[in-house]
Amino acid sequence: MTAKSYVRKVRSGEDRLWRASAPALARLDVELTERCNFACRHCSVGLPAGDRAARAREWPAARWKALLSEAADLGCLVVRLTGGEPALRDDFEDIYVHARRLGLRVMLFTNAALVTPGLARLLADVPPLEAVEVSVYGLTPESSEAATGTPGSFAATRRGLSLLGERGVSFVVKGAVLPPTRGEMDGLEAWAAGLPGLAGPVSWVTLLDLHSRRDAARSAVIAGLRMEAGEFVRLARRGGEAAVDEWREFCGRDGRPRGDRLFSCLPAAASAAVDAYGRLQYCLGLRHPDTVYDLAAGSLREAVTDFLPRLRERRAAGPAYLERCGRCFLKGLCQQCPAKSWAEHGTLDTPVEYFCDVAHAQAVAAGLLERGKKAWTVSDGAARAARRNGA
Amino acid sequence: MTEKIDLNKAYLPSEEVVVREIEGEIVIVPLTSGIGDLEDELLTLNETGRDIWSRLDGARPLAEIVRDLEAGYDAADGLVREDVVGFLQELCDRRMIVAKDRDKD
Repeated sequence: MTAKSYVRKVRSGEDRLWRASAPALARLDVELTERCNFACRHCSVGLPAGDRAARAREWPAARWKALLSEAADLGCLVVRLTGGEPALRDDFEDIYVHARRLGLRVMLFTNAALVTPGLARLLADVPPLEAVEVSVYGLTPESSEAATGTPGSFAATRRGLSLLGERGVSFVVKGAVLPPTRGEMDGLEAWAAGLPGLAGPVSWVTLLDLHSRRDAARSAVIAGLRMEAGEFVRLARRGGEAAVDEWREFCGRDGRPRGDRLFSCLPAAASAAVDAYGRLQYCLGLRHPDTVYDLAAGSLREAVTDFLPRLRERRAAGPAYLERCGRCFLKGLCQQCPAKSWAEHGTLDTPVEYFCDVAHAQAVAAGLLERGKKAWTVSDGAARAARRNGA
Repeated sequence: MTEKIDLNKAYLPSEEVVVREIEGEIVIVPLTSGIGDLEDELLTLNETGRDIWSRLDGARPLAEIVRDLEAGYDAADGLVREDVVGFLQELCDRRMIVAKDRDKD
């Protein structure tokens, strides 16, 4: 017997938790509802809070609890409860407590507007073990409500944040760079820094995704809210050149082109997502019917051990993808993925011009590419990035 | 002030933690607030820790468990007892184990 070394402390996000083999499912994203009490114009999901048809189709608490139990049996450690607005469900607390009693850590995504004293107390007494992620749109009632499309949303979110802070619940603030809020980034960060309970810096949603159910009208609105590629680079440089150095490092670390690989999102390798109606997806954005598994007709175990591994093996066939994305060394910068392709084009493998433009602007700013040149025509891209990193 | 580990008492996992076995690892997950040092940390046990933990049934006094372990480990006199008490004191301080209250049986 050797002394004093029986306990090992690890952070939940570290793969080193498992020394031999990892579980089939490490994280499960659960979209409890697509409905939301806000009506954000930029949202790729939200349905109206009172959408009865959507509500009637949503899985009841008993189904969610059974699924979470199955996830825990598979070794899952973290569940993300999101929506829509998850706290909109009357049975939210029941589902949350069940997840925690299973020993799951909970990542809760919310706008905090529905946080009551009772919910704040619950989150304090039975903590989620991950900082609650609160979306905060805007620094003033005017800018906030222009973003959320919901009168009273500004005050409601502030009230929710106060309740969390008073109870000592850890949270982080997520902002979105939108036309009404674009000039408020510094101000929001300064305001957030003074909040009791804040567990980290403000994170920003900058590059908006189109509507994940491919609602053309909603997507057109979102497209109109997107910032230009040059604006994205300018904002990234707000705090100095660290972001640009990071872009260079990404490309230098692995500039090998994708070839015909479709799924290169490594963090998703042991994770899965389930929509509000019990359909398992690779991630919450990927709702292409060919990539969805109906849990009503199968099991979570089968989905993560058979369906998802086969899905990950799927190869790209689109000529434009193979010609461009397949040969491009900017994959570390570009947000191109099957989910984005689905939302934009209804396919899994069509290049998304918006993300392509942004990645090229980043590469030019990082000195990796001449302006006007296409990255997939550069044969020594990875070597360039490595050289620039070493310089 | 946390309780001192007593060899005459029986201990068992607290209801304030969830104990899971995942891929051969025992993982102790806090359920209520104030357990452990930091919120984002989990505890796992090594083989020896598991050996001790698995014997915490709330029925056998700790002295008996120590005798069992001494028979299975090649260790100097008193070392096993010292280690077990130290380990359980750490868990007790974190409210991860509790002494079984025999009066309630």
